[in-house]
Order: sequence, then C-alpha cells, then structure tokens
Amino acid sequence: MNISNKKIILHDMCLRDGMHAKRHQISLTEMTQLATALDDAGVPLIEVTHGDGLGGNSVNYGFAAHSDEEYLSTVIPLMKQAKVSALLLPGIGTVDHLRMAHELGVSTIRVAAQCTEADVTEQHISLSRELGLDTVGFLMMAHMLEPKALLEQAKLMESYGANCIYCTDSAGYMLQDDVFERISVLRDGLKPDTQIGFHGHHNLALGVANSLTAVEAGAERIDGSAAGLGAGAGNTPLEVFNAVATRMGASTNVDLFKLMAAAEEIVVPMMDQAIRVDRDSLVLGYAGVYSSFLLHAKRAAKKYGVPSEAILLKLGQMKTVGGQEDMIEDVAINLAKSR
Amino acid sequence: MVNKKINIALIGSGNIGTDLMIKALRSGTLNPVWMVGIDENSDGLKRAKALGLKTTHLGIDELLEHIETDNIQIAFDATSAYVHQENNRKLQSKGVKVIDLTPAAIGPYCIPPVNLESLLSQTESQAQINDGSTTSNLNMVTCGGQATIPIIAAISRVQSVDYGEIVATIASKSAGPGTRKNIDEFTRTTADAIEQIGGARQGKAIIVMNPAEPPLMMRDTVHCLTLDEPDIEAITASVLSMIEQVQEYVPGYRLKNGPVFDGKRVSVFLEVAGLGDYLPEYAGNLDIMTSAALCTGEMLARNLSSNMSVKDSHH
Repeated sequence: MNISNKKIILHDMCLRDGMHAKRHQISLTEMTQLATALDDAGVPLIEVTHGDGLGGNSVNYGFAAHSDEEYLSTVIPLMKQAKVSALLLPGIGTVDHLRMAHELGVSTIRVAAQCTEADVTEQHISLSRELGLDTVGFLMMAHMLEPKALLEQAKLMESYGANCIYCTDSAGYMLQDDVFERISVLRDGLKPDTQIGFHGHHNLALGVANSLTAVEAGAERIDGSAAGLGAGAGNTPLEVFNAVATRMGASTNVDLFKLMAAAEEIVVPMMDQAIRVDRDSLVLGYAGVYSSFLLHAKRAAKKYGVPSEAILLKLGQMKTVGGQEDMIEDVAINLAKSR
Repeated sequence: MVNKKINIALIGSGNIGTDLMIKALRSGTLNPVWMVGIDENSDGLKRAKALGLKTTHLGIDELLEHIETDNIQIAFDATSAYVHQENNRKLQSKGVKVIDLTPAAIGPYCIPPVNLESLLSQTESQAQINDGSTTSNLNMVTCGGQATIPIIAAISRVQSVDYGEIVATIASKSAGPGTRKNIDEFTRTTADAIEQIGGARQGKAIIVMNPAEPPLMMRDTVHCLTLDEPDIEAITASVLSMIEQVQEYVPGYRLKNGPVFDGKRVSVFLEVAGLGDYLPEYAGNLDIMTSAALCTGEMLARNLSSNMSVKDSHH
C-alpha cells in the first residue's frame, strides 16, 4: 500500500461519538481539557455535540449532562487552531439547531442520514452551504449499499451543496475491500473538488487498516478518536492511525506525542468501561449493527435478564438502522417473554 | 337527517392523496369528485380518472373554477406544507372547508379520538355566532402524530406529563418526496401537537426511515415522563381503552409491548399495519393519516348535512 505524501485531515470524534460511550455524560471540564489538548496537538477538526447530533437529547438516546449550546459555547472560544464541527441527523435535529450551531461558531456541519435516504438532507445541506459552512454529507451504515448505489446517494448530497462526502461504517462491519471499492467509486464519480472522508468503528479491530485503505483509495478526511473513545468498540484510535500513517509517509500535521498524551492522560481516565472489542461489540461488527446500540442493549439485557448479544443479533436480523434505539427495549421484552 | 353525500376534492395525487381517494370512495357520507395533481403521468391521477373522478394536472386553479358547479364543500390537501398555504387561501375564498394532511398547521390540530368532537362543537357554536363562517381548516398533524398523540393524551388525562417523546419509524418505500422534503416540519409539527393536544409540558418527535426489504411495518414508540410517580393501573387502563378507540378507524393499530414503567418513564410500543389500499400493508403511516382525515371529513360532512337540513326546515 502506498500512501506516501498524501495529506490527511484528522477529525476527532471523542466529544461526539465518544458521548455514546459516556452515556452522553461528558462534563464541561472534561470537554475543555480534552478539546484544548487536541487543539494543542494540532488536530484540525473536533466534533462536539450529543452523540446523536444536535437535538439528540431524548429519552430514546439519553439526555446529555449539558445542552449542545453549552458544550459548543464552552469549547469553541478556547480553540487556537482547531475548528469545531457539529453533527446533525435530519429526523432528530432541525435547521433551527443548525442555525444555533452556526451562531455559536462551528466551522463544519455534518448532515448525517442512513445511506439510502440522502434526500432527507436537502434542507439542511443547502442551508449549511448558504451560511458558508464547510458542509459534509455523512452516509451512515454505508455497508448496506453497493458502491454504485452509494455513489448515487452521494451525488444527491453533492447536488444539495455538500463539499465533502463521508462513507460511514457505523456498524464497524466493513472489510478492507468493502472500503476500497466504496471510496474508489465515490472518488471517481464525484466532482474532483469534493472531498471524500471515512468514518470507521473498531468492532472488527479494522479501524486503522480500513482508514489506511480509505486514504489509499482517495479519502482525504479520516475520523477517529483519541484512545478510540466512541460507540461500539470505539472509533479508529486516532493516535494509532496517526503513528501508522506518519510511518507510511503521509502527513497529518498532528503532533503524535501530544496526541498520545491526550489519549493516555485525559481520555483513558475518562472512560466508564474499557473501550475494546468485547463480545457485544464484536457482534455489532460481525452482524452489521449500529454501534451506538451497544450500551443501550447492555442496559436492556440487565433489566430484562436476557443476553445482550442475543438482543444485538436480533436487531441485526431486523435490519434496524441508526435512530431505532427504541427497538432495543422492545426486542429485550420479546426475548424475555419467549423464555 | 339528509342522506345526500357531501362532494369533496382531493388535492395532491401522491401516496397520501391516492390512498385517501380509495378510502373515500367507500365512504357513506363523502363523494370524491375531483383529484388535483401537478404531474399528468402520476399514478394517482391515472387511478382517479379510471375510478371516475374528474382530474387535472394543472394544480388548484383549475379546480377553483368548478367549485360551485360541482358543489365541492370539503377539500383534503395532501400536497406539502409550503404549497398548502396558497391552496388554503384559495379554497377558503371559495368557502370550501379544508382538511390539511400536510404539516403546515394553519388550522387547529385534529387528532380524532382526542379532540375531533370538541373541535366540531366549537365550529358549530361559532357558526351560530358568525352566521355560517366556521373554523374552516383542520390540520391532521403528521402520521407519527396520529399514531402517538392519542397515547400521550391517554396518559396525560390520568396525570401530568412533564415530557412526551415519540419515535416513528417508517419504511423508506412509504415515504414520498413530500414527506422527505418536509422532514423538519414533521418533527416540529409533531412536537408542537404533543404539547397542545397530547398535553405534555414539553414535546419531542423523532422520525426514522428504514430501507429494509421486505419493508418493515410502521413502528411507533411513545416515551412519557410523568411529573409524579405514575399510577400504573390507571395509566394502563387509559392507554388500552385509547388503543381500542383508534382501532375503530385504524384496524391495524396494535400494541406490541408495554406500557412499560421505569421510574417516572412510561413507554408504549406500537405497530401500525395499513389496509393495503394503495401501498401495501407495511405503510401504516399512510393509513393512519388518511383514516384520521377521512374520519374527520365524515364527521364534518354529517355536520354540514344536518346544518343544511336545519336551514331547509326553516324555509
């Protein structure tokens, strides 16, 4: 694999995807401490919101310790070089949230949709572009679509005004060939000045390998999180990716040792549980289940006395997608009844 | 009581308009006369023509010329929130009562088992005061709202609901372009109606589209946080009786699980199967909307007929 001389933009997910692993309870102090450390390490983009994006506060996904407004207005003014992004899932958040994030100074809006449903993002992507923001179309659960069909959805987002399209492996299900094919088809089919990004989950321990493959196939932005703090078995561990990419001759302009320090000294002590490939997160990656379901399933398993991996497998069979967290308790109740 | 049916027009020839037409053709009180579309080749318009309705693909203006001659008294608008503003203005100027199936929410929200009767009795008393000018636009909220707000109201009539949240999951195939373009209006309108009609202090609505094949049945989950400890027995009884009421006009409305009680959280897991009139059974979201609108239209038609017969008896 040759990725030498490639320039890669690293995007840290700890303070958004990591919210899932922290039941959305990251404190303002933790946010401040970690964001300033990442900024100091040279990470160019940091995502901050509820794990399910702007407006994600709910019974269904969990109420965060603070509002999106509080998190964003705490972090953004402290950044010296890093820009802050916010995630928005149409159907959960609205353009009102987008305007709020814009007013608070985010540089980037990432509009996320199930990879087959890009046409729900038109209102949000076009407004974001109109406001002059770096606008990303984020195609989730991208393993569920063949590369050509994925390209069609990506083109819709591009036509609404997205200047970057992500292939998002929400279930941590993709193998390296899956990533290579999808990114290659996106790179060939989208406008040359549209950037491509890849968002991995480490459920099959392929976060780093898949991200490298994505870069090889033409991705310029890579999502990861320091020490992997994220849903499921976590995101691509950013400091590991940075080390490998640097050894392979690519450039990220991120200080590896400062990033390692942030991971080791700030993120690891923040963790409520080890972020690793345990049985449940392996099931996510093996069966193609949305990574954020993990802790909800563990809680429902405990409450109803059924195995969490059985809940997750059933959710995979039902072909549930991101946002259907309500089905976790429903499935757990049904499993408990059938015993 | 006059037995004559009331003539109606259907605006919008998409999934909702077409399903509503099929249901209205079976109605004992409504007589579908017109269907208005904007695409000559739309499946809805073709079906309408084949079923004997007058059709136009030139939009609402074409219909307006025939309101008097065809004695159209009620129009159902299943276009989009933005188009509805203009349609409503034009129809109102001709004295047509409007039932709005978009999330435009110009008129009051109508969730039949919760507030239809009180809306129509208000309408009647206003009619007497204002000599005929009545509340002439009723909004049907959203499919997710029709499926869930009865449950929130069933809980809030037992005790105060501090927070009401709904998650509506629909099959991708059942969501037409109007729904997709209006996704923010869905969440806003539904959340607002959760507060206004459901009686929750604060409302939140979430919609998810699922592309699975074969398509999944519409699922709706209601989460309420009660202000005080929930009265398990009273809430359960109230929810079960409300479900029976909804089943009177949507037979495929089913309780899957719950009510689950967890501290102050009350959760109810529902499924809505359609009748398979236009789209297959899975599209319960279509049926719950069109059935609620039909039920509203029929009740309105009965009122219009009895008002007419009252007027006739004065002559």
